[in-house]
Amino acid sequence: MVNVVVELSKYVMILAIAIYVFDCFAIFGYEDEYTKKSILMRQNVLMFLIHFVAFLVMFLQTEEKKMIGFYGMQVLLFLAILLLYRLIYPKVSRLIVNNMCMLLCIGFIIITRLSYSLAVKQFIIATGALMLSLLVPVIIRKIKVLSEWKKFYAITGVILLAIVVVGGQVTGGALLAIKIGGIALQPSELVKIIFVFFVASSLKEDKSFRNIVITTVIAAAHVLILVVSKDLGAALIIFAVYLVMLYVASGQARWVFWGLGAGSVAAVVAYKLFNHVRVRVLAWQDPFAIYQSGGQQLAQSLMAIGTGSWFGMGLLEGAADKIPVSESDYIFSAIAEEMGLIFAICVILICVSVYIMFLNISMQLRDNFYKLVALGLGTCYIFQVFLNIGGVTKFIPSTGVTLPLVSYGGSSVLSTVIMFAIIQGLYILREDEEEDIERKKAEQARARRSGSHIRQSSGREGTGKRKTSDAQGAGRRRTSDGRRTPQSKRY
Amino acid sequence: MAEERRRAKDIKKSQKIEDEPVKRKKNKGRKKSKRLTNKEITRVTYMFVTLFIIMAGYLVYFNVFESKDVVNSVYNVRQDLLAERVVRGKILDRNGNVLAQTVTAEDGTETREYPYGSLFSHVVGYSVKGKAGIESIQNFNLLTSNAFFVEKLINEFQDQKNIGDNIVTTLDANLQTAASNALGDNKGAAVVLEASTGKILAMVSKPSYNPNTVAENWETLINDSDSALYNRATQGQYTPGSVFKIVTTLAYMRQNPDYVAYLHDCSGEITEEGTTIHCYNNTAHGQETLGDAVANSCNTAFSEIGLYLDIGKWQDTAEDLLFNKELKCDLTSKRSSFSLEKDAGAAEIMMTAMGQGETMVSPYHMALITSAIANGGTLMKPYLVDEITNYKGTIVKEYMPEKYTTLMTSEEASILKDYMEGVISYGTGTSLNGQGYTVAGKTGTAEVSMDKNTVHSWFMGFSNVDNPDIVVSVVVENADTSSITGTSVAKQIFNAYYN
Repeated sequence: MVNVVVELSKYVMILAIAIYVFDCFAIFGYEDEYTKKSILMRQNVLMFLIHFVAFLVMFLQTEEKKMIGFYGMQVLLFLAILLLYRLIYPKVSRLIVNNMCMLLCIGFIIITRLSYSLAVKQFIIATGALMLSLLVPVIIRKIKVLSEWKKFYAITGVILLAIVVVGGQVTGGALLAIKIGGIALQPSELVKIIFVFFVASSLKEDKSFRNIVITTVIAAAHVLILVVSKDLGAALIIFAVYLVMLYVASGQARWVFWGLGAGSVAAVVAYKLFNHVRVRVLAWQDPFAIYQSGGQQLAQSLMAIGTGSWFGMGLLEGAADKIPVSESDYIFSAIAEEMGLIFAICVILICVSVYIMFLNISMQLRDNFYKLVALGLGTCYIFQVFLNIGGVTKFIPSTGVTLPLVSYGGSSVLSTVIMFAIIQGLYILREDEEEDIERKKAEQARARRSGSHIRQSSGREGTGKRKTSDAQGAGRRRTSDGRRTPQSKRY
Repeated sequence: MAEERRRAKDIKKSQKIEDEPVKRKKNKGRKKSKRLTNKEITRVTYMFVTLFIIMAGYLVYFNVFESKDVVNSVYNVRQDLLAERVVRGKILDRNGNVLAQTVTAEDGTETREYPYGSLFSHVVGYSVKGKAGIESIQNFNLLTSNAFFVEKLINEFQDQKNIGDNIVTTLDANLQTAASNALGDNKGAAVVLEASTGKILAMVSKPSYNPNTVAENWETLINDSDSALYNRATQGQYTPGSVFKIVTTLAYMRQNPDYVAYLHDCSGEITEEGTTIHCYNNTAHGQETLGDAVANSCNTAFSEIGLYLDIGKWQDTAEDLLFNKELKCDLTSKRSSFSLEKDAGAAEIMMTAMGQGETMVSPYHMALITSAIANGGTLMKPYLVDEITNYKGTIVKEYMPEKYTTLMTSEEASILKDYMEGVISYGTGTSLNGQGYTVAGKTGTAEVSMDKNTVHSWFMGFSNVDNPDIVVSVVVENADTSSITGTSVAKQIFNAYYN
């Protein structure tokens, strides 16, 4: 009987996530608010379905009662997050909240399968991070001077990274974490966000050659410190994020070419200089040839993915626990092995959907600083996903980064949840902006009707810099007046 | 909910208002003049989305084309999990004879049976106490069921095992039997393959073991001084003796374009720097061309040729013929070694030229070189598995002949073929003359100790010279040449093939 449930569960979960992913993209095609809401609601139902089926299978296989309690707590957490975000921020992007919960949910499932105790830790950290994240959009919305703290971001970023080099602990050959009161923190996770803020505040207006050079030097300092602490993944992410932000801010592709050139030289130097880089490249070329001396992780990962094939072995039916560090860096392979490659590819598509949403927000924002922040965070997110999944599938040499929100790891979950919350803040800002425009249009229309539109509009323009916050107040006062232009879409 | 309803109402209201013309221009002044354009952001988005589409495509490609080989790796611990769900499939020879099968008793216990006993021990292998041979390399496929999916689904729901796929090998039970019988109780190995495709038809290593009783006899087997578990055909390291003269000949041909004019006067012995080399039985071969030297396996001629050769280029030729390189082989194999210092003395050079020296080869490697000569210089990749079928015989995957590499030009191959025909027609291999088939080959007698009576006896060659059928490479360890030689073993294999 258990066998039947396990077999069926695979197909149910794959079907559910396939519909979920379809909805992630299909929603962009609808204008009608009711349809959108029903799609978003369906996504929630599908997530809870996958969550339920997965825990049912794991309970039937292990017959451990604690699974039921743990499951219940997770359900409560997801319900709380889905509801709280909507209650506190009526204008939140529900698609992003849904995707955040879905990725966390998949992470909980597979980490529970691998190690119950780690899953409990992850759950506690995620709960804390999610509660904390509820404050972030308010901060983004209220603090208008975020774009002025360029020097603060630069100094904080460099100092945080430097602390790791001086007092860090070695994990897997790399200096990643510092211990504070028994809790290991990975500052590089947080520095990624700070770095994005730094570049955005630096390049928001001043595109002089001098400023670009200074910014580049500070960015290079970040990368170098990370390379010294052997955190190659983070170094690459900072590097890629900077190139993309510089490209968009300057509008000039030549910077990218210079950057890629410098990056290639650096890569060759790193290859010659560091043994662990060479091992990774060799393992990428043929993990089986150097199985005993560095290829084991990747070889196990590929065998896991291959054995799982399209539909997977079923939860607890495979050997996902045999992949080294399957709960963090190699979690994608664990998912592919037990839940199937189709499911795993759906996870990739969810990540892509998140990214498209991030950049969509970036494109709709009007303020350069916020625009660059959304772009930078989006790039940071998707590039990390790329490094992780590409690395564990032998698409590119592995760099040892986590899969955001899915992988086990406190700092990673915390920083990603904050990243998502910042984007939510920006999304709400955009909504405010839209409302502002709408309200103005309406006022103009009304004014025209009453024949006094000239006074009205000139009065508006006079408000200058305080425009946005003004609009916000107005928007809040007049929530019943939340009209939008046709190009503004809510997801 | 109330909030949502209110908003929906607002939308309807707003749509009414939007129906009225609103001039866009009015908004323009609001935009900053330096606002970033979205063009670049759009490009970045497209770039990353494309990257991910390629990556997802790669994953699909991986699963369809590459995962089979990866999953089959001996490092894959997951294979044992599959055994709980699938009955291990059969291993068959090219004619459907069962080489290995799993028999399930009424109480559900499974036994792996090898109907031919020790005949296929090294090539088919075993699957208890670790795995070896085809049982090892095809483990995953044997434990994968490609039965009709409805049938599989029904089995899964009933908690019954599915039946694993069958491995149809390129092996031929008749040739395998002939080779094994010919070697008898002697230690040694024989490899038989098809030159035009690379199909391995037989592979014997002696002494052998009985795969049916590996578990019971494990302690004895691993402590066996004769190393019966060891596959001498691919892993054995032998002094090649005179079969290596083919390599020396090719090196000479490449370094001396007028090799046709080569003439040597053999007096039965040659002395250089105080070392004297004798021809076999001190026979004086008289005036010889290069072809005659090969046919007669003339030691003095090859000693002289060795002294002529540029050592660096000689080494290159050897490496062109895959010496000092990892060989492509489905089973575990050892690389052959050829090394000669540039300042080596005359004694070492002369010994190396006639295949004594430091050179070490496996019978498998010699079969590859012979097969390239038979096949006009092109070496086909040897393979053991012809196709994988589901238990009902429907083909799941078919393996096609693949080119390995080119070892020599077709001209060189054809000259060597002529020389090797000479070996059979008037040289050291005349016992293969006058059969119902033609043969080109090279014999070898490798001295491995001070005792001149214990020698490794070699033969490498192929039959039906104009349109080669099979390639045979044989070594008999410590052969008593009065009763068994590499040539005599090869003869029995050829006979079995043509009768």
